[in-house]
Amino acid sequence: MRHEFRVTVGPVGFRVGSDWRRPLAEMAALYDGYPEAAIPDFTVRLEAQRPWRRFIRPSVMIGGDYMLPDAAPLSLDHGLLAAEMGMNLQMALGQRRFLLLHASAVERDGKALLMTGHSGAGKSTLSALLGERGWRFMGDEFALIYPETGLLHAFPRPVSLKNEAVELFDSVDANRLGPVMRDTPKGTIRHLRPPVDAIAKMADPAKPALLLFPRFGHDPAMRDMGQAEVFVRLTQASTNYVALGETGFAALTKLVQSVPTRAIDYPDSDAAIGAVERLWGELA
Amino acid sequence: MANPTYRADPPEARRLVTLDDGVTLVFHRPSGLTHVLAPPAPELLAALGEGDADIAILIERLRAAYDLAEDDLEAALAARLAELETAGLVWRR
Repeated sequence: MRHEFRVTVGPVGFRVGSDWRRPLAEMAALYDGYPEAAIPDFTVRLEAQRPWRRFIRPSVMIGGDYMLPDAAPLSLDHGLLAAEMGMNLQMALGQRRFLLLHASAVERDGKALLMTGHSGAGKSTLSALLGERGWRFMGDEFALIYPETGLLHAFPRPVSLKNEAVELFDSVDANRLGPVMRDTPKGTIRHLRPPVDAIAKMADPAKPALLLFPRFGHDPAMRDMGQAEVFVRLTQASTNYVALGETGFAALTKLVQSVPTRAIDYPDSDAAIGAVERLWGELA
Repeated sequence: MANPTYRADPPEARRLVTLDDGVTLVFHRPSGLTHVLAPPAPELLAALGEGDADIAILIERLRAAYDLAEDDLEAALAARLAELETAGLVWRR
């Protein structure tokens, strides 16, 4: 590829190749302070759909070690998003060392809070807000559970802020924010680089201590969840549970049996943070 | 067949985890599939683990371990066995 960017996020090394310089320049700025990947685990390629489409209405095809054959190309303005999607895809389809849960995570005192739920439930925004308020941000997209130890390993990629969540972070240092990308398939997106300590400590795992299923936009409520429901929902939240076979079964059942779990509904982020702090004090 | 004989994989083909709500998770090694079972399905699988059996023999084995008071036990067990057949955990010999 013409241009290349390498980066390590948590235990995973990425190489992103591109036909264009711009998405990688945006990545380099966004990933300032992350270690380089000497030996990448995964490769992502941002390629022109046709050779002339490097220049004329440039559209970015997402390629790499693992690909979705029918993925729609994105405009070059959304090149950074294409790179992030490509990295997610490699993890979702190729990761075998860890049980991978679609969840966000933060840490305090060596113990981890996991938050999972449907897209739009607010887990990503909540993890980013907590990361600005004394918790160590461990990731907003994927939680990596190491089967042998049951420990959660951080994957602190830049947070993908969407729509209303973008303005919640207006007050952070501007150099931590990526370009505003409008009219993407998920609306307006802007990336936020995690705090310095989240990057500095990204090799430190934490013991899962509390699992929450938050749901944004509802009256405040809290509900206990039976282990069977938690197990089934986590198999749905995992991209590689089936691929890991019995190893995944052992890791997931251990997690479900050892970590207290609650479903919480919340109307706004202040209510959510209050509920999280209270539950953490009671259960973790 | 009026009185079918059922068969299941031996116990070592399954890894079981019982959760707090009484549900048993079964990892079925030959297929790599996970099953979520409610009582009495795990007990039926365990009883079949002693060897192939028809419903009358299964009831005998279950009575040895559990207090079975249910009316219409045979029909209830036949329904549970049919579900286990559908799941691929039990089949007819």
